[in-house]
Amino acid sequence: MIKAILIFNNHGKPRLSKFYEHYSEDTEQQIIRETFHLVSKRDENVCNFLEGGMLIGGSDNKLIYRHYATLYFVFCVDSSESELGILDLIQVFVETLDKCFENVCELDLIFHVDKVHHILSEMVMGGMVLETNMNEIITHVDAQNKMEKSEAGIAGAPARAVSAVKNMNLPEIPKNINIGDISIKVPNLPSFK
Amino acid sequence: MALKIVKGSIDRMFDKNLQDLVRGIRNHKEDEAKYISTCIDEIKQELKQDNIAVKANAVCKLTYLQMLGYDVSWAAFNIVEVMSSSKFTYKVSCSQLQLQSVDAVLITTIINSVSLPLVTQDLSSPNQYDTGVALTGLSCFVTPDLARDLASDIMTLMSHTKPYIRKKAVLIMYKVFLKYPESLRPAFPRLKEKLEDPDPGVQSAAVNVICELARRNPKNYLSLAPLFFKLMTSSTNNWVLIKIIKLFGALTPLEPRLGKKLIEPLTNLIHRALDLLYGMVSKKNLMEIVKKLMLHVDKAEGTTYRDELLTKIIDICSQSNYQYITNFEWYISILVELTRLEGTRHGHLIASQMLDVAIRVKAIRVFAVAQMATLLDNGHLLTGNMQRNGICEVLYAAAWICGEFSEHLEDPMQTLEAMLRPKVATLPGHIQAVYVQNAAKLFATVLRKQEGTTDSLAAQETSQLLIDRLPLFVQSANLEVQERASCILQLVKYIQKLQQKEVEVAEEVTALFAGELNPVAPKAQKKVPVPDGLDLDAWINEPPSESESEDEKPKAIFTKEEPKHTRPRHTEVDEKELARRREARKQEQANNPFYIKTSPSSQKVYQDQPGVEHIPVVQIDLSVPLKVPGMPMSDQYLKLEEERRQKERSERKKKEKKKKREKHGRGRRADSGPESEEDITPAHHVDIVTEEMPENALPSDDDDKDPNDPHKALDIDLDKYVYDVQGNLQDGSQVVVSVIFENKTDHFLKSMEFNVLDSLNSKLQRPEGSSPHDGLAVPFQLPPGVSNEARFVFSVQSIVMPQKLKGTLTFIVKTEDASTHEKLDFKLHFTCTSYLITTPCYSDAYAKLLESGELKSSSLKLEGVIMPFHHLLARICFHHHFSVVERIDSCASMYSRSIQGHHVCLLVKTSNQTVSIDAKCDEPSLLGNVLDEIKHTFSQC
Repeated sequence: MIKAILIFNNHGKPRLSKFYEHYSEDTEQQIIRETFHLVSKRDENVCNFLEGGMLIGGSDNKLIYRHYATLYFVFCVDSSESELGILDLIQVFVETLDKCFENVCELDLIFHVDKVHHILSEMVMGGMVLETNMNEIITHVDAQNKMEKSEAGIAGAPARAVSAVKNMNLPEIPKNINIGDISIKVPNLPSFK
Repeated sequence: MALKIVKGSIDRMFDKNLQDLVRGIRNHKEDEAKYISTCIDEIKQELKQDNIAVKANAVCKLTYLQMLGYDVSWAAFNIVEVMSSSKFTYKVSCSQLQLQSVDAVLITTIINSVSLPLVTQDLSSPNQYDTGVALTGLSCFVTPDLARDLASDIMTLMSHTKPYIRKKAVLIMYKVFLKYPESLRPAFPRLKEKLEDPDPGVQSAAVNVICELARRNPKNYLSLAPLFFKLMTSSTNNWVLIKIIKLFGALTPLEPRLGKKLIEPLTNLIHRALDLLYGMVSKKNLMEIVKKLMLHVDKAEGTTYRDELLTKIIDICSQSNYQYITNFEWYISILVELTRLEGTRHGHLIASQMLDVAIRVKAIRVFAVAQMATLLDNGHLLTGNMQRNGICEVLYAAAWICGEFSEHLEDPMQTLEAMLRPKVATLPGHIQAVYVQNAAKLFATVLRKQEGTTDSLAAQETSQLLIDRLPLFVQSANLEVQERASCILQLVKYIQKLQQKEVEVAEEVTALFAGELNPVAPKAQKKVPVPDGLDLDAWINEPPSESESEDEKPKAIFTKEEPKHTRPRHTEVDEKELARRREARKQEQANNPFYIKTSPSSQKVYQDQPGVEHIPVVQIDLSVPLKVPGMPMSDQYLKLEEERRQKERSERKKKEKKKKREKHGRGRRADSGPESEEDITPAHHVDIVTEEMPENALPSDDDDKDPNDPHKALDIDLDKYVYDVQGNLQDGSQVVVSVIFENKTDHFLKSMEFNVLDSLNSKLQRPEGSSPHDGLAVPFQLPPGVSNEARFVFSVQSIVMPQKLKGTLTFIVKTEDASTHEKLDFKLHFTCTSYLITTPCYSDAYAKLLESGELKSSSLKLEGVIMPFHHLLARICFHHHFSVVERIDSCASMYSRSIQGHHVCLLVKTSNQTVSIDAKCDEPSLLGNVLDEIKHTFSQC
């Protein structure tokens, strides 16, 4: 079982947290901090698996992480999961994000955290892996996006117009900010079929 | 109605949405908490609105705040409410919230009472995504009551027509089981059925659920083993495979028979893992890795797997001329430990390693000889039942090493006795022969020792011992044993006669075996320069005329010979004959222990000897591992090595501190970062004996400068290697890499070996019979400052992608007083361009090609190119192997062809420093990569 999926940046700021077990908000924050401390200390060239922290799961627990550019992707799992399997899953996750956002960067995750949740919910459900095939995931995410758009229809029009106006006034439109130096590089790894 | 909705939305359209919230938080870095509390207030207001869209927006923002650590449980009711909306969008945002954090009992009841009808309604929605979202939501907040009420609904969904729903339903059943265990029994048959679902996603979900269940109570799921076994052999989904293997890990302790069935598929996986190990080792981790493997060897069941481990250990240790071994004493003890394996087929492999190390590493001989003497002494343990034992091959090595290097023996007399025990006569013939021959060498050593003392009787007794024992071997059925034994027996008898006349014979007997046998490099013969005036191609005698040869064909006496067609001319000895001769020569070399093989791993030393391979191997149970007394355990070395490194490190640190104290250290290693490969110095200076080369082979350069500094040799700056990759037109799957090696050191470099880690796509072509890890010898040596070129052929499967291959060059640096082994890592970049070959093309053929319509097109724009157009074209032609088909003003068409026959056409135009290239090719990915490479070429200028 996957206990939690955390994404935070190099400074430990959470960009996405998904807990599949019940913790209080305070504990959740502590877990994120602890995990960040465990993971961020580690060299780039050391193993991507480590024993979990005290808060989440204890000895049965493992952290599997990958570091991409400014972001850490951490999966907290118990002993029933295979480390290499999860590592591959992280890769699938990031590649999927990259496909959905076109050169995903940290800002995409900040402003579209709902979409990231969305993608994640097509991969992992209630702590269990739902789908590992990237094409399958993308198909379903796209189909649901289409549904949302068509549903918004007439009711959504004014809101969309306003949002466009709001965006116009603001100097920072997320996509245009320095994508170059914070974009996540997705190395080509053999992924799940 | 619609109007009302629009009006409602307009009222609220200046509410913050999620993005506004995020932006706001980012803009209020100083007073984030305050800003968020106002936002929460707004959200509370929004939740009070009737408009469900507003509520949904609020919930969406709550999700984000929850992630930041704010308590949102107060909104649980609203969340469920939004969940109940008919709009998909709103529900999605809710399912993301972790409602489980709502722990109040009250809320649970609300969820139960409110959500049940809602969820049920969604579960039967015609839209698969509505149902999907409901299921996802449910996975977050399943309660025992919900589980009980929904179990049957979800079970129905497990047979839904859409695989998307099926897989979610299957997964969520696990949550239902947890909260409502009674549902497991009725649901199980259906769950089992899903293991064979046509959709791989559903299959994988079912495997997931059953693995989770089986983790708690494996014995209930034993009955599924055959089904899983089938899945394991048929599935290609890595995730499913991993899960199944985990599951079998839980099942096998309960059903031992299962283990046997699993051996085959699992060993396949293990093989792959072991192959990975090969590339992983370094000086630092070799001992650790081998220690782990040795543990597996001890535990391994089944000789095949154990033998596999054994060969891997030896392969790993001996790769690239033992480059990762820092302590050969450790390696020898590993080899000695391996001799305890009962019934292995690889005795000869261990033996050849022992010989190889003892011969080539001078410094280790004292240790090796002592070990081998113990081995001989305990030989009876190894040969307990020699009929089935391949391990006795190591005695061959032990006997030879003890004999050849007998001067290092502490007690040669004892070893001599051990070698002449009657039990030896039960060993295979070729080993006995080595025993007899080396007993004679030992005899010489013993005589020398004994004659040195005044006790002449002892020497005579030794001769008597041989005279007593040798007749046993003289009676041997093996001709070689017999011949050697009788020869030596007569010699000893004669010696005894002399001894009785009080003549000192030791000196002369020793002379019989004088001279050190040095290893000879496999290519030594080739290196001998042809003397002036000798023409190897010239005939010594006039060649017999063809007609003559036919006339004088000798008549076969016993059998009628098939008439041969034309007799091949002497100059062109046909390939088969050559191959046969080569094979024969290899065999001969392989059987010669004094001959160093091209690579340590491909040794099939005694393969042609009958017996070993064909002895039926019977496995016996040996609960107590055989411990040969007096043998060191390799583990001790591991510990010692660690201590040594620790010590070294602390010393180094001390030194560095000192250095720093003496003003700013000028040392090259000012920063003592993490321990790097180079920092690990060998335990004792091991000079790998250099292979013997014929005199005047190449201008050797022995007058080296300043050999005082041993570190100087380490400081090799050979980073200058230039290479060029070129396709082979004749063969679509071959590329030739020409590498120029330049020696920038002050020392002589020799025995260079070029090795590349093969990838699936590209493989270095090695001579037949060598393993895929062997290096290729570079056919020259390099005096200081000299450069030379060598070519290597690679076979390539797919040429549409560029590729990088990692490799190592190992070589021996020869200084005046020592030789050290060094290595250099490099990368070979196989660009797609290198697969292209400049091919001329006429414009009409070119036009036809373009018209055919079979080519895919792609284009490229280069900005700011300031060079004349013809320079540009020349550059493309030169760097990317194109040829110009036609050129009109500032426009040109170009053509090239890949080694596998792909056509690549370019149309290059230029105007105002902008170059546009339109390209067509029948292989789009090849084209894309070539264009990238062209872009890269121009980005560099």
